[in-house]
Amino acid sequence: MYVAVKGGERAIDNAHAFLAEERRGDPAVAELGTDQIREQLRLAVNRVMAEGSLYDPDLAALAIKQARGDLIEAVFLIRAYRTTLPRFGAARPVATGTMACTRRISATFKDAPGGQILGPTFDYTHRLLDFKLAAEGGAVPDAPMQPAPSASLPHITTFLNRDGLIETAPPTDDTPPDLTREPMELPASRALRLQALSRGDEGFLLSLAYSTQRGYGRTHAFVGELRIGTVAVELDIPELGFAVEIGEVELTECETVNQFKGSKTEPPQFTRGYGLTFGQTERKAIAMSLVDRALRWQELGEDHTGAPAQDEEFVLMHADNVQATGFLEHIKLPHYVDFQSELELIRKLRAEVMAAQAEAAE
Amino acid sequence: MTALSRPDWMGLLARAPADRLAQLLPDEPQARFLRPPEIGTVMVRGRIGATGGAFNLGEMTVTRCSVQLADGVVGHAHVQGRSRDHARRAALIDALMQTDRASDVHTRILAPLAAEEAARRATRAAKAAATKVEFFTLVRGEDT
Amino acid sequence: MTPDALTGGFPDAPRNAARAFRAILDALSRPGEIVTLSGATPPAPLSQAAGVLVLTLADSTTPVHLAGATDCPALRDWITFHTGAPLVGAADAAFAIGRWDDLQPVSRFAVGTQDYPDRSATLIVEMPGLAASGSALSGPGIAGTALLSLPETEAFLLNNSLFPLGYDCFFTQGDSLAGLPRSTQVRAV
Repeated sequence: MYVAVKGGERAIDNAHAFLAEERRGDPAVAELGTDQIREQLRLAVNRVMAEGSLYDPDLAALAIKQARGDLIEAVFLIRAYRTTLPRFGAARPVATGTMACTRRISATFKDAPGGQILGPTFDYTHRLLDFKLAAEGGAVPDAPMQPAPSASLPHITTFLNRDGLIETAPPTDDTPPDLTREPMELPASRALRLQALSRGDEGFLLSLAYSTQRGYGRTHAFVGELRIGTVAVELDIPELGFAVEIGEVELTECETVNQFKGSKTEPPQFTRGYGLTFGQTERKAIAMSLVDRALRWQELGEDHTGAPAQDEEFVLMHADNVQATGFLEHIKLPHYVDFQSELELIRKLRAEVMAAQAEAAE
Repeated sequence: MTALSRPDWMGLLARAPADRLAQLLPDEPQARFLRPPEIGTVMVRGRIGATGGAFNLGEMTVTRCSVQLADGVVGHAHVQGRSRDHARRAALIDALMQTDRASDVHTRILAPLAAEEAARRATRAAKAAATKVEFFTLVRGEDT
Repeated sequence: MTPDALTGGFPDAPRNAARAFRAILDALSRPGEIVTLSGATPPAPLSQAAGVLVLTLADSTTPVHLAGATDCPALRDWITFHTGAPLVGAADAAFAIGRWDDLQPVSRFAVGTQDYPDRSATLIVEMPGLAASGSALSGPGIAGTALLSLPETEAFLLNNSLFPLGYDCFFTQGDSLAGLPRSTQVRAV
């Protein structure tokens, strides 16, 4: 039950002022520029873009600054801002096969044509704190360069396709559902699931994906290919009658290859899970592809083992961190009347129990 | 000079850094807005398994603008981000490229933009290429 | 694109659209009240009020159906350029534009579903005249009774009987606009 109450306006104003001061921190320390956040905290920016579902590094950096580094709060700010913008249309699906890759690795094919490109990765760092970074002003040497082939790198899974060992994904021209325009309805198509997962909370998807690896809906996933790079975004312009490139976005794409013994409907082959996310967001893309694959149990005729990652409603209805935090955090806001009625109920029940005990004792 | 098609130069203008366009087009031609610069979004789509049906990935910010030069030629722009100046200049250059100034505009604006973009891309690709793994076979499984 | 297609849009879209939206909201929440819409100059034969309405409410996610004389190249291009709305057949329309006769039979238009009554069409009816006389309107948003020069009453009685389903209507002439939501009861006087 909700009751309108008044008061607290001055307290709220003062709380905002206090918040602004705390956000700034010690004024003797130089203020953080949003360009510094964009350039030097790029993975935080990428996460806010992916989960905010809006590709704009400058806005994401501003949101991170305003949210004092609370990334879920920053995602919330981005989602709210997004609602103020008109949508001009939908771009043509991006062609990730033409990606200008800065990273491209495969855990399954050592000698994949095009090779294994490590890119700017943490993978082989020693995870030792680098105290040199605590001292300011050190110039970073230029990264080494080598001549690069001009051809784009083919998807590694296409090599498995040649032997018919892997399931294929034929293109269709269907207009995909959009959960930002129409409420999500279950059961969801794979297109709708992928949209929900791509904007879902990284931590939630990480835990779900990990649970499938530990046996809760095991899918035996290998990373067939992980690639990071930029792709062109093309939009059909009605007044021109043709499509033009309107810009480029950095994406992370993960395709898993999963062992599949076959089912009543499908022959033994490798199946695939798919992850695609904004920015360099590798953990998220891998997790997304594992969860995508786990959710496909019905389509592939697998058993439902009761694993959380196989439960479409459980996954999709709890993946969005703005929804989750909104509902979670609202319970700290005034519920005085609800609680008053609970209090009265408890008192009444206690009185009844006490009376019954007193009666029994007599 | 390589001939650029209209989609080519519109893409090049959209991808160009906004402040670089400002340097390359210091004097803007007389024009009126058919559509003043407007900030919005475009839904970016992917394909299931990279090749299958489309799905909605998320939106990106886009600014669009349409202008008409004094002689009636119309220019359009849809550019990534939220820079009204970028969209206006891109639309003006799109219009100029359809006039008898095209060759001059190409030389002064598009050619430098294309060269700078190619250099940026080549640098990034070369840094990635330097991280390509060379495998060395240490031991083979057979008996020697 | 036809030459007129690129002109006649909102010169200052955020302000023009916000003002128009407020007026449109007033018209729909007070059925029978006639409001004025301005800020855009659509190509013939569309009225200014209908043009402003389309610029304010339509976008790439709201399919538009053009009926009768409004289905002409100049208007198709104008709506495409300024709103991005796809042009579709009657059954798929979120907005349908035309004279009342051109929109017949109105049973073609979406009336929503029990779960989503909002997935229904809004008809933009171009009128030869618009005045506070004729049919009597009553229901939500109307103190007592209001009068409006509707093209007929039968169809709106039937539409009201479908509530919460049904289509909603705007009537336009020149720069004048009146609203008739599905919740309004209509009576011939």
